[in-house]
Amino acid sequence: MMPRSGKRRQFKGRHKLTERWFEWIIERIIQASGLLTIVFIMLIFAFLLKNSLPLFKIYPLKAFLIGRDWYPISAPARFGLVPLLAGSLMVTLGSVIIAVPLGVAAAIYLAEVARPSIREAIKPVVEMLAAIPSVVLGFIGLLVLAPYIKNLLDLPTGLTAMTGSIMLAFMALPTIISISEDAVSSVPRDYREASLALGATRWQTISRIMIPVALSGITAAVMLGIGRVIGETMTVLMVTGNAALIPHSITQPVRTMTATIAAEMGETVQYSEHYYALFSIGAMLFVLTFAVNFTAEIVLHRFRGIRR
Amino acid sequence: METAACIIDVNKLNFYYGKFQALKDITLCLKPHKITAFIGPSGCGKSTFLRTLNRMNDLIAGVRINGKVLIDGRNIYAPDMDVVELRRRVGMVFQRPNPFPMSIYDNVTYAPRMKGQSRGLDDLVERTLVRAALWDEVKDKLKVSALSLSGGQQQRLCIARALAADPGILLMDEPCSSLDPVSTLRIEELMQDLKSEYTIIIVTHNMQQAARVADYTGFFLSGELIEFGDSNKIFTKPDDKRTEGYITGRFG
Repeated sequence: MMPRSGKRRQFKGRHKLTERWFEWIIERIIQASGLLTIVFIMLIFAFLLKNSLPLFKIYPLKAFLIGRDWYPISAPARFGLVPLLAGSLMVTLGSVIIAVPLGVAAAIYLAEVARPSIREAIKPVVEMLAAIPSVVLGFIGLLVLAPYIKNLLDLPTGLTAMTGSIMLAFMALPTIISISEDAVSSVPRDYREASLALGATRWQTISRIMIPVALSGITAAVMLGIGRVIGETMTVLMVTGNAALIPHSITQPVRTMTATIAAEMGETVQYSEHYYALFSIGAMLFVLTFAVNFTAEIVLHRFRGIRR
Repeated sequence: METAACIIDVNKLNFYYGKFQALKDITLCLKPHKITAFIGPSGCGKSTFLRTLNRMNDLIAGVRINGKVLIDGRNIYAPDMDVVELRRRVGMVFQRPNPFPMSIYDNVTYAPRMKGQSRGLDDLVERTLVRAALWDEVKDKLKVSALSLSGGQQQRLCIARALAADPGILLMDEPCSSLDPVSTLRIEELMQDLKSEYTIIIVTHNMQQAARVADYTGFFLSGELIEFGDSNKIFTKPDDKRTEGYITGRFG
């Protein structure tokens, strides 16, 4: 990008001017790219609001938020968010319960226990796990996991919240492992040496020093994993059974907020009540993921602050 | 062999990082309740040697070791040696003060707590901090984060933390290299004070420090122990030309 030095000597004044212009333009372009992302986010949220707020002129907000029935095509239609929210939360919670211990344990293994050669081999594979398309995971869940769960637990159907949780755990694991591993690895070596030199065992060093020091990084990893799981659509659409009922157990079919939008959007009349209701779900989802990511950002920020 | 008088008896110790030989045929005997200093230019193996004494080098991949290190008459590289037990016997203070990011109290009680001790910790904290000449400065803020202390205080806390494990031997790896002269002086006084109860081995590249504190001094060069003996002799009329060259500042 810099002008060649020969020319610079020849046309000194002019080049300085063009260089300055060039710098200015590059700076502005980079700045605009940065600001654009904010503009996009705000436009998306505005678009969601514009398409969801009309619902509440004809359908009360309170009935939407605490309604226990989702019957979008009955007459009169009922748009109760609770079963969908419960479905999303149950599937998410289930996958967190599976993915967090597994992910954190794997991260500690990679950072503290595994030999460097093994770590170098496993880390790229873990990150490759993130590259598996969600529809492929859905297929595996549908064809392999669901029949297995049906037989194992003797259920009427294998398409349950649990099936979704397990498949989503696969999607959250790469994020959790990768970021937690970074957090544990970046604990200063001094701490580990000091602990071992004091006659602490390897496990005591990991549990009393490494994990507490890396805790905020691990928390951020978990939050980002959750963010990914809440927003996931295709896999849950395929494996959770899509029954918009308030689930009483993890072995029942559920329908998540994302799956509802994906399944019903194609069949609604544009600008109908149902259409607006689906957008309202989208807005709720946006708020939910935003809250999770925002919390993760704050925690991560604190984590970086401590290390400095 | 004068094993009886040696608390640490090193016999033909060779140490390799992969193909690189960092220590060559080290043989020496360290006396109890003395301060022994090891000096030498950077990369001469003095820190590596120190870390063979509590097996901290075990943490590095690809190291190889042969020869014998007897501590209290036991070969610490024998297969049945419990490294955890060894490190409780041989404490260590590092180059940079490295208190854990927890309270002063929790730092001092770390080693006893890891051993499973839960009683008498308050007494232990007071006793140990008094021993490390830090008590008066911190007695009113034991629950405060250790990271709020000054560098010199942090290093004395690290010494207290090591003493709380009740070691007989204390290894110090350039403990004053990141401290100001006043803090350095306090640590040196503390070492003199601790000598009656502990055997202290210090690595330093500050020759004045070695001359001030150490009863015995060893000079390392390129992985070899060139000369080892009484500090007075090493610093006034060394036998080896290379030792003389180093202490008179001709190289290093």
